[in-house]
Formats: sequence, structure tokens, C-alpha cells
Amino acid sequence: MQKQAQQLLDWVDARFPLTFLWESQWGKYVAPKNFNFWYIFGSLAMLVLVIQIVTGIFLVMHYKPDASLNAAGVPVAFASVEYIMRDVPGGWIIRYLHSTGASAFFVVVYLHMFRGLMYGSYRKPRELVWLFGVAIFLCLMAEAFFGYLLPWGQMSFWGAQVIVNLFGAIPLIGEPLSIMIRGDYVVSDATLNRFFSFHVIAIPLVLIGLVAAHLTALHEVGSNNPDGVEIKKQPKDANGIPLDGIYSHPYYTIKDIFGAVVFLFVFAAVVFFMPEGGGYFLEFNNFIPADPLKTPPHIAPVWYFTPYYSILRATTSDFMLWLGIFVLVVGGLSVFSLRHQLAKLAAAGVTAVLLVAFYFLDAKFWGVVLMGVSVLLFALLPWLDRSPVKSIRYKGGLYKGILAVFVVCFVVLGYLGILPPTPVGTIVSQICSILYLGFFAFMPWYTAMDKTQPEPERVTWQ
Amino acid sequence: MSDAKLDATSEHTGCACSLDASRRNLIAATAAVGGAAGLGAAVPFVASFTPSERAKAAGAPVEVDIGGMQPGELKTVEWRGKPVWILRRTPEMLASLKKTDDLVADPESLRSDQPAYVKGEARAIKDEYLVCVGICTHLGCSPTAKMALGSESGISDSWQGGFLCPCHGSLFDLAGRVYKSMPAPDNLPVPPHTYLSDTRLLIGEDGKEA
Ligand code: HEM
Ligand code: FES
Repeated sequence: MQKQAQQLLDWVDARFPLTFLWESQWGKYVAPKNFNFWYIFGSLAMLVLVIQIVTGIFLVMHYKPDASLNAAGVPVAFASVEYIMRDVPGGWIIRYLHSTGASAFFVVVYLHMFRGLMYGSYRKPRELVWLFGVAIFLCLMAEAFFGYLLPWGQMSFWGAQVIVNLFGAIPLIGEPLSIMIRGDYVVSDATLNRFFSFHVIAIPLVLIGLVAAHLTALHEVGSNNPDGVEIKKQPKDANGIPLDGIYSHPYYTIKDIFGAVVFLFVFAAVVFFMPEGGGYFLEFNNFIPADPLKTPPHIAPVWYFTPYYSILRATTSDFMLWLGIFVLVVGGLSVFSLRHQLAKLAAAGVTAVLLVAFYFLDAKFWGVVLMGVSVLLFALLPWLDRSPVKSIRYKGGLYKGILAVFVVCFVVLGYLGILPPTPVGTIVSQICSILYLGFFAFMPWYTAMDKTQPEPERVTWQ
Repeated sequence: MSDAKLDATSEHTGCACSLDASRRNLIAATAAVGGAAGLGAAVPFVASFTPSERAKAAGAPVEVDIGGMQPGELKTVEWRGKPVWILRRTPEMLASLKKTDDLVADPESLRSDQPAYVKGEARAIKDEYLVCVGICTHLGCSPTAKMALGSESGISDSWQGGFLCPCHGSLFDLAGRVYKSMPAPDNLPVPPHTYLSDTRLLIGEDGKEA
């Protein structure tokens, strides 16, 4: 039996690199032996991706992307979701798995990214692993946004209305662009159908491709670890693997399965006992069918968008002055610190152009820009961090303090984004927005000033 | 032919010196033509993103019977998928527009979207009836009517009645004019409209006033 199996495998291997793929991507992939709790979220993200795709396939079998009204006067799309919840056998579990999965995806990915921040996983030679990650993050946001329109509830409709209109703030091309996105002059059936297409096929295809690229790049350069030391630079043992390296299989197979089981316990508890997540995972206003004539009294995006939504709302015309000062300081520092004449000139030029543009273009436009920039800034991290060490374990108090402030600001922005706007809330979110931007903008200076400790030769591990 | 073969072999030896220039040109030309064809092929796909003929044709004018409206009553009708408000203003409501003149960003509606035949602070053909699109000029939510006056409104002690946008808090007066330093830049748009008779209003078409 064993012999036949081996023969079959040989037969396949002669025609398709099955064993090679398995060994290079997982079986014989050498990873540092000191992975901790934080290293579980990558494989959990893959698990959630699978959950979303499988539950999504089954939802599409019953869902109808149709904004017209049925005989009872309810939009067909909204009614089809109610039908899934009430009449399709097992439908409610499948839907709650999918809606809870969306929130779980962001929980897992935010923690996964935070791990990267802590251990300097974005730094050389993992820049591309990180950039593919940032692209995944963008796709994930697009996927969630498109998906949220599909139930065609009040929050779906008005959320899409506000976000699509954001593009209208871009000078000149804004208006035609937002009409192209909607496919109509208002959010309508045309919008629903194209968002459906993006949500079920276009973005998932790109997402899967990016995840494959993310992992290929990681397995090419090798994993970082909580100590931030490169195991590939260490001496090799008799089997030719670095002293601090172990095979992913079976060691991390077991660890990841354990992590998945714990995760699934929590996940199932939410699905069965609080699928609406207190109104944060499924918003209450979305149980009312879309009404183009009436906006609900309080609209807020789902929790995972709220930090960025807060930054958008914080950008009022009063805020532009502060933003101008901020850009002036960062620009001035750059001109002062850059070595090449040309680079100095470029920095001064960019600063001047920005300041002039701040003066002439609406705060509404800059809100959109700032929201986009605050997501994209993550992509620059590999080139902003100039610390001699990677891991937070060996960084100094300065970096630790600033990272803590960044995390607090992110959470506060997220919290304020859920609430209706208030004057105090606006000021707090303006302060947090500036600090958020400052985390990135001042990084080249504070990471260079930070008093670090030397990295060890070997990973620390008990 | 044999020359070309020779060149190909010299390429294999790593010598870039004798690359066949005509082949290079051919590659460049093929790439250019292929690229142009690719761009051309993208046209129908990009075009399909724009509103369809059906979406463009939608938006016939709507006729509204305003005969039974009480003073102070607000009616909402749908035109081109958007809410259009008709507010029958009382003399007090009209008088309040004088007080809000100084508080609003564009009192004469110079920047705002409205037909030439509505002018001044009332922004109406017949001062009694305000007709405007109930979509905030910020990001497109539909504001809520706040008709209670003063502190009762929960907005401010001197509130004259008007509209509050639930999304980012823009305030509008009883002529749909936006207050100063609000997220919304402009007054609520006034759609083309005309009176067919004293009690029949047509929204979406200019009348003989135009
Ligand atoms: C669909 C979403 C994602 C999936 C399925 C995914 C998957 C994975 C997996 C399986 C690993 C290896 C295990 C681990 O280190 O935890 C990994 C590593 C990594 N991921 Fe992701 N990831 C996703 C999103 C992201 C995002 C959004 C970022 C950052 C913007 C990111 C940055 C990284 C980095 C830097 C590493 C290397 C970590 C190290 O070696 O220390 N990933 N990813
Ligand atoms: S949409 Fe009305 S204030 Fe933003």
C-alpha cells in the first residue's frame, strides 16, 4: 500500500512539482523556532479567507442583486436576505458565518499588521511581503465596502451614498468619476449589480492572487521572528538548517491547528450568541430596507472603517491650518536633514505645492486625500524606519512610547468614528489624526534618535 | 535567413553587439500595435461603467398636487431617485429668512444650484412654497426637518427652524440655505419646476418663466 502510494506520488511528481511545492511552501520551510502568540494571525487570516469564500459561494445561491420592489413593496435584494435568514434551511448559519467572518477578518488582519509593527517584519529583506500585505489590506477594505451594499438596507444605501460621493470631491474628474462608480446619477440598481460583481468575483480573485504572492515572497526570504534576528545568517546544523530554525511541519502545523481551534471557539460563540455583535458587526438600521428618500438619524460605517472615517470627518476647514503647520514642519525637517541638493530642492518644492494646494482646494477634498494617505502610509514603513534593530524588544523607550501613542490614537479614532460628531469629539479626532500622521512622518528621525540595545546572536527562547 | 540564424546564435553567446536591429524594430512595432489594440479593447468595458441609456432616460418630470397642503406642511416626492421637498411656508417662516440672512454662507444663492427664475432669500417662484432637492450638498445624505424653534429644537436657543443633516451636522434654513462654516459648501439645489395651475406643481421642467 505504502509502495503504491509512493509510486503514485512519483508519477505525479514527474508531471507536476507537487512534492516540491509542498516542501518549499510548508513541509520543509524552515522557520525560526521562537514564534509566539502573535504569529498565529497569518494562518488565521487564511482560515477566515476560506470561511468567507465558502460561505459566500452558498449565499450567492439564494441572494438576488435586485433593487426593484417586489409585490410586497420590499426591494428584492433585501427580501432575498430575509429569505436566506428565515426560509433557506441552514441559511441563517451561513449568513451569520459570513457577516461575522467579515469582522473577524479585520480583527485578525489588524493584529497581524500590529505584529509586523512590533517586530519590524516590514524591514529589509521583507519589503515585498509587506507591500503585498498592504495591497491585501486595500483589497479587503474594498471587498467589505462592496459587500456592505448587498443587503440593500438603510445603512447599505446611505453608507454607499456617502462614500461614493467622497470621490466627487476630487477636482474636475470627481463628478464624472462618482457617476461612473454608481453607473447612475444616484445609488441604484446599476450600483447594486456592479458592486455585486466586484464583491463576488473581481476582488476575491485579486485577493487570492495577492495572498499567493504574499506567501511566495515570505517563503523566499524567510520569516522574521520576535527577536528580529535573521536566522539565515546563522551557522547551519548537520541537516543544513540554521541553528534556530525548525521545519514548519509538523511543529507549526500543530501550533496553527491549536490556534485555529481556539479561534473557532470564539468565532462560534459570536455566530451563535451575538451575531449582530451589539450592532457593530451588523448595524441595526440595516434591518430596514433602503429608502432613497430618508437618511437614518445616525449613520456610521462598520467598526473596522471608523478610524479612517474619523480622519475624514476631522478634516474641516479649521483643521487645514494645523495640517499646513504639520506639513511645514515635516517639510522643513526634511530639507534640513536630506543630504543631496536635489533631494532638498524636491522636499522644499513638494512642501510649497502642498501648502498652496491646501489654500485653494476645499477641506472636503483634503479629507478624502487624508483618509487615503493614512492607509497608504503603511506602505512606506520599510523605508521610514531607520532603527539599527528590528524588534521592539531591543528598541528604546522613545519608540515604544510613540508606538503606544499611535495605537491609542488608532483606537480613539475608531471609537469616535462610531459616535455622531460633537465639537469636542472633532477636536480630539483632529489631535489623534495629527499624531497618527506624525507616527509615520517623523519616523526617520525618532527611530534614528532612539536608544536601542544590541540584538542577540541567537533568538531568545525557553 | 541564415544571417538571422547567425545573429541568433551570437545572441546566445551573450554578445549584444550584433543584435538584429530590424528584429528589434519589429518587436517595438508589434508591442505598439498590440498596446493600441489593448487600449481599444478596453473602450467598451470602460464605457459600460457609465450610465445606461435607460438610466439617462429615467427622470421624467413628476406632477404634484399641492392643493391640500396646510401652512407649515412638508411634502416629499421622488424625482430622479432623489427626494424633492415641498414646504408650504407660513408668514412667520418667511419672516425668519430675514434673520438667517446673516447666518448663512450664501444668502443670495449666487454659488448655488438653482434656476434663474428663483431669486432672493425665499428661493421660490411663489414665496409660500419652497421646492428643493432634499440632498445635502456635502456627501449626499438627506437632511431631517427640525421645525421646533429655539431651545426646543435641541440645536440652539435662536434656532429659526430648518433642516439638520444627520451625517455630518450641516444646518440649513427654511429656504434650504446652508449656515456658515458647515461641511456642506452650498445651498440645497432647487430643481427646475413650474406651476401648471394654483394647485398643480410640475417638478423637473422649466415653465414659461424660464
Ligand atoms: C488576507 C489577508 C492575509 C493573509 C491570509 C496573510 C497571511 C500570512 C501568513 C500565513 C503569514 C505567515 C505567518 C505569520 O507570520 O503570521 C504572513 C506573514 C506576514 N504578513 Fe500577512 N497575511 C495577510 C495580510 C497581511 C497584511 C494586511 C499585512 C501588512 C500590511 C501583512 C504583513 C505580513 C508580514 C510583514 C509577514 C511576515 C511576518 C514575519 O515574518 O514576521 N499580511 N501573512
Ligand atoms: S452629508 Fe450632510 S453634512 Fe455630510
